[in-house]
Amino acid sequence: MKQAEVDKQTTCYHCGNDCAGEHIEQDEKVFCCNGCREVYSILSQSGLCGYYSYNKHPGINQAKGGKRFDYLKEPSIVKDLIDYSDEKLTIVTFYIPDIHCSSCIWLLEHLNKINPVIYHSRVDFLRKQVNIRYDTQLITLHEVVSLLYRIGYEPLISLQDVVKKQTADKKDNLIKKIAVAGFCFGNVMLLSFPEYLGISAYEQSFKQFFGWLNLAFCLPVILYSGTGYFKSAWINLKNKVLNIDFPLALGIAVLFVRTVAEILTHTGSGFADTLCGLVFFLLIGKFVQRKTYHHLSFERDYRSFFPVAVQVMDGETEHPIPLANIKVGQRILIRNNEIIPADAILLKGDARVDFSFVTGESVPVNKVLGEVVYAGGRQTGEAIELEVVKPVSQSYLTRLWNNEAFTRTQENRAQTFSEKMSKYFTIVLLLIAFGSLFVWLPVDLSRAISAFTAVLIIACPCALALSTPFTMSAALSIFDKNFFYLKNTAVVEQLAHIDTIVLDKTGTVTISGDTSITAHITATDSEKQMVYSVCANSTHPLSRLICQYLNNYIKLNTNSYYEVPGRGITADVDGHLVRVGSAKFIDTTQVESSSAKKTEVHLSIDEKYIGYFTIQQRYRDGVTTVQSLSPAYKLYLLSGDHGHERESLSSVFSMDDMFFERTPQQKLDFIKQLQQNRHKVMMIGDGLNDAGALKQSDLGIAITDNVNNFSPGSDAILDGRSLKKLPKFLKFSKDALHVVYISFCISLTYNVVGLSYAVSGKLSPLVAAILMPLSTFTIISFTSLATHLAAKKRKLL
Amino acid sequence: MSIIYFLIGCSVLLALVFLGAFFWAQRNGQHDDLYTPSVRILLDDEPDKPEVKK
Repeated sequence: MKQAEVDKQTTCYHCGNDCAGEHIEQDEKVFCCNGCREVYSILSQSGLCGYYSYNKHPGINQAKGGKRFDYLKEPSIVKDLIDYSDEKLTIVTFYIPDIHCSSCIWLLEHLNKINPVIYHSRVDFLRKQVNIRYDTQLITLHEVVSLLYRIGYEPLISLQDVVKKQTADKKDNLIKKIAVAGFCFGNVMLLSFPEYLGISAYEQSFKQFFGWLNLAFCLPVILYSGTGYFKSAWINLKNKVLNIDFPLALGIAVLFVRTVAEILTHTGSGFADTLCGLVFFLLIGKFVQRKTYHHLSFERDYRSFFPVAVQVMDGETEHPIPLANIKVGQRILIRNNEIIPADAILLKGDARVDFSFVTGESVPVNKVLGEVVYAGGRQTGEAIELEVVKPVSQSYLTRLWNNEAFTRTQENRAQTFSEKMSKYFTIVLLLIAFGSLFVWLPVDLSRAISAFTAVLIIACPCALALSTPFTMSAALSIFDKNFFYLKNTAVVEQLAHIDTIVLDKTGTVTISGDTSITAHITATDSEKQMVYSVCANSTHPLSRLICQYLNNYIKLNTNSYYEVPGRGITADVDGHLVRVGSAKFIDTTQVESSSAKKTEVHLSIDEKYIGYFTIQQRYRDGVTTVQSLSPAYKLYLLSGDHGHERESLSSVFSMDDMFFERTPQQKLDFIKQLQQNRHKVMMIGDGLNDAGALKQSDLGIAITDNVNNFSPGSDAILDGRSLKKLPKFLKFSKDALHVVYISFCISLTYNVVGLSYAVSGKLSPLVAAILMPLSTFTIISFTSLATHLAAKKRKLL
Repeated sequence: MSIIYFLIGCSVLLALVFLGAFFWAQRNGQHDDLYTPSVRILLDDEPDKPEVKK
């Protein structure tokens, strides 16, 4: 009982955060901040406290500051966001990353209780979307979004609309095709059974009836479900490519023609069962291959990071303008935590810009009036006014997206194994088919044709076509269990071929914004105050960190302040000479040092040494395991910021393979150069500054601490916690490829067995009907079993 | 044995009805979200009564 009381006292009722220090109380409940309390009071006023009964502390911490949605008053922007609107009703779908539990579903589907003019809201949990219908006359989009924001569910509104893009790409009716093929397959099997068991002589009329029915069921399979294979084979033939769809289409066509011929001439029962089964299994393989992560997007560019609209100053008034319409010469207003969307000159205000998107350095940089501020920076502090000097698409960071790496299609990456093999397979298949035709031709015409078609039927590479999708999709789900999300099944194979790994530093090797500072000083409070006062004058990242560490002092006046870039600061505070800087800069014999591998700041006052600070970036857990990849894979570090940490990273990377102060464009070029030396390069990065390199590399992995956050466009998204499993992932991808090789051999064995029947020209429909599903089932069970065993071996399950 | 013709006709017709039902469900978007309904069913509908003070 006692325990429960303590628990109630210290954690926020809304978000569950620890609030031992300051807290706010309302209705005998404790809240960590005003934001959380406000959400609670809105909910309790609307009688929606059920929100708190489904889960303990379901809320999201609301401590972060206010946000403005003024741009949603602009009709041109609103028009792009809504799904449907007429005089009475508006339908809109929002992507809300914070949806995470059943309470979220419950609350968002009860918006109607908070505001009755919202008629209806429905959550799609996996996509993290909510579909809202509201009265156009009584409430505006701006008010709906503000309401969502107030109850703690801020919709993520971006120019590159994630919501609509995902619904657009499922138009090829695969499910319907599978349904039709499955329907026909089932019925044909039923009607073929009498034939398998033998029909007695006086029931021959049934035989014809079943034949005609079978033929009828084949028609939708050929004309609807199987059309994709014919189209694909035709397009590939026109481009002079032999892919696996060609023998498949050929097999389907021959099966159909022979079935029609046999049934029309009453010479046999045809291969309707094999035909329907083949198409059905092939389509299932296609379905399995198409695994999608609804809540992830792999195709993001800078527009997802940038705001939808910017406040533009027009004389004395300001109004929001969509990002695409920003013109050179306009004055824009950027508030705290907003991103500067285009290269611009600072006109007014104290600009302290965080360029972590661009360089990886998260410590804000001060800019003076008249200086050019590059796009991609985030203002921290008061609102500033800037004049745009370059359009958005031509600005510093966004120019990267004009690079050819972004315009080229994904297709010209390495061919997959099955693509390579199917070429040879097709050629050999055609040789055998024509060979048996010409061998039998002088003997017996009908037998020659029968042998020719039998070869094409029996060698139809159904099992072959299924081996890759089933193996790779099993591998994909294993990666997925380990928080490694691949864009599609082909990426598994790419992963197996990698020989060079390039890592970004900030946010990839280190955890961004997470630095630890330790003081080894023996100083009185007044001495600490002096150090604080000196450091407060400097914009150097280390000075800022020291100021944060000694944050509760009052700044004293400093005289004769002098900063030597990269070395240290000398200043006179109240008549005391304070020196802050590197060991060499302090230049006293008393300097003590713990180890040479850490960044240190030494202090002395009036030539008396008082100690030092050590500053260390926190590295991710996995960094040491990444090092174990070293002899097998070539490792590079590619960082946008300065090389202070060259020393401490030398345990992981060799000194010559670390590169600092690289611009986003240089990163891209570096990857390109490696590729020209015939390396298969994997790039692991996190920020927009890595976007070019991620795209250029053979396999770009975006690393993130929260998969729902925005990550740049990539082939795979890796949760930061799983970086340590990277060596296992690489080994496992090779295992998966081996499984594909073995299953390929198995399906070839089936083909050879079948061919020995086929070339003799005596293929019975029963053999074909047994062999095809049998080989398919063998392949499916072998691949999923072998992949899981491999995962167990690598301890990924 | 001519009854077989009738029986097969019935079975095919029945199967077509099910296929049609599947298409209808597909078009209606019943398969768009296969997860949320499983959570939704566990949430209680609250009776519309005025707030009772505890």
